Amino acid sequence: MKSDNTFRNISVSLISIWLGIFALLAFLLVVLLSFMKNDSTTIFSWQFTLDNYAALFSSLYALVFAKSFYIAGACTFFCILLGYPFAYILARKVERWKEPLLLFLIIPFWTSSLIRSYAMVAILKTKGVLNNVLMHLGIIHHPLQLLFTNSAVMIALVYNLLPFMILPLYANLEKFDNRLIEAARDLGAGKIKTFTKIILPLSLPGIVAGSILVFLPAMTLFYIPDLLGGAKALLLGNLIENQFLLTNNWPLGSAISVTLTLIMGVMLIAHWLTSKNRERGDFL
Amino acid sequence: MSEQIVLEIKDVSKSFNDQIILDNINLKIKHGEFLTLLGPSGCGKTTLLRMISGFEEPSSGSIFIDGKDAKGLPPHERHVHTVFQSYALFPHMTVFDNVAFGLRCSNTPEKDVKPRVLEALRMVKLEHFGNRKPAQLSGGQQQRVAIARAVVNRPLVLLLDEPLSSLDYRLRKTMQMELRQLQRTLGITFIFVTHDQEEALSMSDRVVVMSDGSITQIGTPRQVYEEPSCLSVAKFIGEVNIFETTVSSINDDKITVDIEGMAHAYPNRHHFSIGDKALVLVRPEDVRIFDSKEVKETENMYRGIVEDFTYKGTTVDLLVRLDTGKVISTTEFFDEDDDSLVYTLGEKVWLHWVNGWEVVLPYEE
Amino acid sequence: MNNSKARIIDKLYLALIYLFFYLPISVLIFYSFNNSSYSLVWHGFTTNWYHNLFQDSNLWIAAAHSLLIGTLAATMATIIGTLAAVSLYRYRFMGKNFLNGMVFILIVTPDIVMGISLLLLFSIANMPLGFWSLLLAHITFCIPFVVVTVYSRISGMDKNIFEAAKDLGARESTIFRKITFPLLLPAIISGILLSFTLSFDDVMISYFVSGPGFEILPLKIYSMARLGVKPELNALCSVTFTLTLFLVILSQRFTRKSS
Repeated sequence: MKSDNTFRNISVSLISIWLGIFALLAFLLVVLLSFMKNDSTTIFSWQFTLDNYAALFSSLYALVFAKSFYIAGACTFFCILLGYPFAYILARKVERWKEPLLLFLIIPFWTSSLIRSYAMVAILKTKGVLNNVLMHLGIIHHPLQLLFTNSAVMIALVYNLLPFMILPLYANLEKFDNRLIEAARDLGAGKIKTFTKIILPLSLPGIVAGSILVFLPAMTLFYIPDLLGGAKALLLGNLIENQFLLTNNWPLGSAISVTLTLIMGVMLIAHWLTSKNRERGDFL
Repeated sequence: MSEQIVLEIKDVSKSFNDQIILDNINLKIKHGEFLTLLGPSGCGKTTLLRMISGFEEPSSGSIFIDGKDAKGLPPHERHVHTVFQSYALFPHMTVFDNVAFGLRCSNTPEKDVKPRVLEALRMVKLEHFGNRKPAQLSGGQQQRVAIARAVVNRPLVLLLDEPLSSLDYRLRKTMQMELRQLQRTLGITFIFVTHDQEEALSMSDRVVVMSDGSITQIGTPRQVYEEPSCLSVAKFIGEVNIFETTVSSINDDKITVDIEGMAHAYPNRHHFSIGDKALVLVRPEDVRIFDSKEVKETENMYRGIVEDFTYKGTTVDLLVRLDTGKVISTTEFFDEDDDSLVYTLGEKVWLHWVNGWEVVLPYEE
Repeated sequence: MNNSKARIIDKLYLALIYLFFYLPISVLIFYSFNNSSYSLVWHGFTTNWYHNLFQDSNLWIAAAHSLLIGTLAATMATIIGTLAAVSLYRYRFMGKNFLNGMVFILIVTPDIVMGISLLLLFSIANMPLGFWSLLLAHITFCIPFVVVTVYSRISGMDKNIFEAAKDLGARESTIFRKITFPLLLPAIISGILLSFTLSFDDVMISYFVSGPGFEILPLKIYSMARLGVKPELNALCSVTFTLTLFLVILSQRFTRKSS
């Protein structure tokens, strides 16, 4: 029936081939490599092994995993804690200046996170802005060692990733049907009950979507510990980076990456489960 | 309207993923005819329209347009154009450019484009709106642009997919008249899809009633209303009182049935045998109602009490419970001089209907 | 009374978070004009650090590289991404759901996973790391964002207008030129600007697929930042930030316009 399919065929093949090679094939190679034996001279040797995955359970790597999980989890928690009220107020309480306020929220989303991390270094330095202000105010008398601590990494991560929590939450709460709240109040639910029984459950897809966008980068933004942190191999990201660029153990680095992808898979399934009966949660 | 067949649908079926959407459709459409496909949503009428326009191909069967098999012909080579439900006007183009789009696609010389577009716009009374964007027009005006855009190519057949469904009631009524007039002026065959029976009855030369992927009846508006071929058509086209009964005797091509305790004799059109179950359908407006003062002779009349009445401006609708317990709905038209149309709840009334105005059908669930 | 108090708390909270977002970067820009190398104390206004920046020819080369990669990657990604979004919306084809899912997953995939995947792919293909590896990588990570941007615009459009155009005799190429492209233009421009921003700022993926012969700005900034806070770097970051800020605001203009 369609006499000219050329346009469609070109468009579909272009995207399929491109993503097929540079995303799918490239990732499948990582999966493949994660089951190969390490060989420091030729990247890998054609020998099937599960050693790389077994190594992840060794105390050394398990510790990094645990730490990374802990940091990313805490970062996600703080982002929800700080971001939820923010998104809620912005979506439901603000009437004027909404457009520029939104724009100011979107800007950090797109601008360089490296530059923003670097700016954080200037704030947290021993002779940096924060210490100076605190000393001037008389709150502290000696400058605090902030930089090169895990707290600094945490602050920088939250600083970098908070917009990624707020935006999906905002998108979710923005669409929220006010009549549901009115109905709940009408039926005698108090403010707290309305929040815990109506608003919170319905914004769950937003929370999960935001958590995906925060948790995964929080485990992998290797330059943040690099610029602000003490321990070098603090995050999974640093660990992967080291395997590929320092110790040249690509198969192990691949195994870590595959594990990371599995974590992502679990989170995506969680997102799918929380949002499947509702409108599709917006990510961006 | 001539007897020349402009479009023939022959044994057409369509299925999607093993689900039958249309089942063996046969239909001949005459040149210059205003034909309506009427049915509830999901009955397959839009799919049929899309196959005529060429957006979908039948799974089996053929469609002949002007005598030629349309198989494999893309939409624009079919001399059939569509007016979409949402109008589908190009929002970034002016009204003029919208109407000119088809002409320019077929490489019509620009000097011919202008007069033809203006002519089409004049036909829909929008000749002064050429420079506007669709968003600057009202719903009815957008509708007319969509029609102008579709007729400027002088198609043989114009397909209209529920084009009035997004207009408000009054505008709808106006557009129904305008469309009918336009169709007569243009002399183009219109195939109009709707789920609104009133719209179908008031506009069409012929109505095709569809349900569940097949055609249940084809006929003039009067035929489908007064002589529905089956229960579903009767129910879909207007309200109806249904009596279940059994044929008790047959003589001289007449059957006798018992309706709520009274015997009626009807012509045996459906070849009933004795003992067959049958349905007798009576439209509410065919039922005559009298209060006890008005009647002397109550033979062949049913007695009942008024259970409910609704005043509707030009009519009064009543629900009457017969002595047998059966509830009948009736509609009476106001007559200025008649003040007898005032009833009270519980009032005793008498009713009957003119023999011959009912429809007798074989029994079905 | 109670209500207005709550309102003030709301506003205060928003203000605090915005302060958290923008204070560090403002401090950075502020000190990039401070006439002192190390001190936090204000020593007067200077544009010296910017002068120094403009003297640094290596920096110019890195910046030129980044602009080149950004422009090419944004253009290519926008072409591929736009065609993909249009196809995903308009056509039924084999593997459509798979493609849809892949685009979605690629957006949430940690950059590092994409970085090492591409590194591995290029190594196995024996491709030297440099201009081409960077360009291919940047196109790849920009595509999903273009698809999402354009798709969200096109999905708001009436599907029937494509059928109407077809019905009136327009070929697919005409439909794209006369209908799809003009209607999607704001989203396409927005997509190209955002792609450029992404490419121009990317560290994570470029870190793995760039080679010593082809330096780009973000990596240059990264290597400088590792050595600590420097006034020249403050100036460089301020310039880069301002540029991307401008692009983001511009792209938002187009996104707004399209909705």
